[in-house]
Amino acid sequence: MSRSVRVAGALKDVPLRSAIGRLLGSDAWTLGLFVLVIVLLVLTRVINPSYGPTALQGLALGTLPVALAAVGQAIVVISGGIDLSIGSVMALANVTAASLFVGASPELSVGVVVVVLLLGLVVGVINGSLIVFTRVPDIVVTLAMLFVWAGAALLVLGRPGGTVTPWLRELITGSLFVDFLPRALLVLAIVVGVVWLPLRRSKLGLSLYAVGSNRLAAFRSGVAVGRTRIAAYALTGFFAAAGGLALTASTGIGQPIAGPYLLLSVAAVVLGGVSLAGGRGGLLGPIVAVYILALIRADLLFLGVDPNWAEVIQGGIMVLVVMFGAYVTLRQRRAAA
Amino acid sequence: MSAATTAVERQSALREARLWLRDRPLIPLLVLLAVLIATLHMVRPGIINEGWVASWIRFAIPLAILAACQTLAMLTGGIDLSVGAVASMAAYVMATQAPIHGPWIAIAVALGAAALVGLVNGIGIGVFRVHPLIMTLAMILVVSGLATVYFITMVATGVRVPAEMLWLGQQNAFGFLPHSLLLFVPLAVIILLILRRTGFGRLLYAIGDNEMAARLSGVRVWQVLITLYVLSAVLAAVAGLLFAGALNTASTQLVNNYLLPSVAAAVIGGTSIFGGRGGYGGSIVGALILGVLTTLLTVAMPMLGFVGVAQEAVRQIIYGAIILAVAAAYTRITESG
Repeated sequence: MSRSVRVAGALKDVPLRSAIGRLLGSDAWTLGLFVLVIVLLVLTRVINPSYGPTALQGLALGTLPVALAAVGQAIVVISGGIDLSIGSVMALANVTAASLFVGASPELSVGVVVVVLLLGLVVGVINGSLIVFTRVPDIVVTLAMLFVWAGAALLVLGRPGGTVTPWLRELITGSLFVDFLPRALLVLAIVVGVVWLPLRRSKLGLSLYAVGSNRLAAFRSGVAVGRTRIAAYALTGFFAAAGGLALTASTGIGQPIAGPYLLLSVAAVVLGGVSLAGGRGGLLGPIVAVYILALIRADLLFLGVDPNWAEVIQGGIMVLVVMFGAYVTLRQRRAAA
Repeated sequence: MSAATTAVERQSALREARLWLRDRPLIPLLVLLAVLIATLHMVRPGIINEGWVASWIRFAIPLAILAACQTLAMLTGGIDLSVGAVASMAAYVMATQAPIHGPWIAIAVALGAAALVGLVNGIGIGVFRVHPLIMTLAMILVVSGLATVYFITMVATGVRVPAEMLWLGQQNAFGFLPHSLLLFVPLAVIILLILRRTGFGRLLYAIGDNEMAARLSGVRVWQVLITLYVLSAVLAAVAGLLFAGALNTASTQLVNNYLLPSVAAAVIGGTSIFGGRGGYGGSIVGALILGVLTTLLTVAMPMLGFVGVAQEAVRQIIYGAIILAVAAAYTRITESG
């Protein structure tokens, strides 16, 4: 009797909790990140009173490639993997787009965007298939592929060059409706929303989380583990290519050398509350974490801190946050035991 | 009838050969090394002379030391991504302190600074249970940031690699034996003995195999991990000093590019990235293989019609492909039977 009441109570809780979860990205950590980003924005405004809509637009534009990389990395980490080749894939997409845009009409350049995104998907499928079929650990495979895709990027474009089609650049610069809504942020929300929201509710989305939290249990429940992991890497490749496109659009050229996006994407994923063990976390946390990292850096620069110290402090904050997160999990596990 | 018997016999012989190989992972590696050297000889007859052997060993040694860091960390199921940053930092500190305080104090300061970094890594990983990948990744930011801050304060002093390090890093005995062997051979023997004959070595394997079991058997895992990461950072610093000696220069980024090859050498050497399996002998051969591979690719590229940037591009692609192929072959040998 009491048992059935408890079950009924638990069932009643579920819709409410998941409704809040849907809104905020499923846990208190994400809520904390939102608070932090608002605090940081206020702080930035206090430090530098001239920090206004234009600066916000610049922030959203400058962080768009990192944010897309963080989204890609988060998906593969949720599925229990990691993609060390993400920076190289971005460079490959960056130079492919930049060199195809040369002399392309606006209509043709739409095709270029599609081709580059498809290229990202194919690259991801190759990464994932190699991991699944060779049974070599994902860290090793993506480490090896880091070289392969970096080499491919150099083959496409030997030295920085290429161009960007004007409409793509206009798509992400400036603001829409109101000054405080940067177009880059909107593009990010649309790209991530269109791909991730339907996906998360689909069978594949559930499989991603299942494979990430317990591969064997997922297999025994009838999840096609190999196919799911390949799909995760394909999605990562897609978002990495989108990040490369954003890079082309924001810098206006193609750079065959990979930027610091591997480091930044993993940092954002961890700060964003996605467990490296897989199976836990969402995409909102990592995106907010990207802005937190960028704002901290901007604030330090406004305060006149040497950029190199800013890097040290950024690394230090990352270490402390991760230590804190690990400590809290440890306490919880002990309390539960 | 007799045909069937021979088929069965052949199959069991194959299985036995595979088992035999699995217990002796060094044999196929040495065969691969010999094949690569033979290929190099065929591609460019006469290239294998005293001078080539000397420079091959000279650059394989610091890489093999960096691979030791990865091997030790990987045995416990970890990884140390900060080795490149730590090695560069140590080399730069040594080269800037040497003109002021003399070589020995400079070397001591460099090793001490590295040990401090290792201590922070160890505390984060061992005490706060941060994932090694994240902890050491974040320490890259901290270390390279601090090194750059230090660089700005020391820019007037200039860099001078002391004569002792040049003797050790650059010169050869009898034309083909680099002096750095004097350092490396005892070091390698000590690492091999630590892994095979000491309690600490056995604990590394035990933690990598089953950390919970090790903990329940009374192992103080955090102490082992702190010792491990301090050791790893000091070894990385030694490798950095050797690189500085070999190249007669030092910068805050000198060794950064050797991080991925160090992981590759350990992986090729048969150490499992999941922990509990592997050894240092394989990593040394792995470093030697990567050295021959670099020469081979440099020599072969112009012959295959690749020049300029394309040469570097194809070199990277093949490099990645070979790491993957060796890892896949290794997985196949160890998993089956």
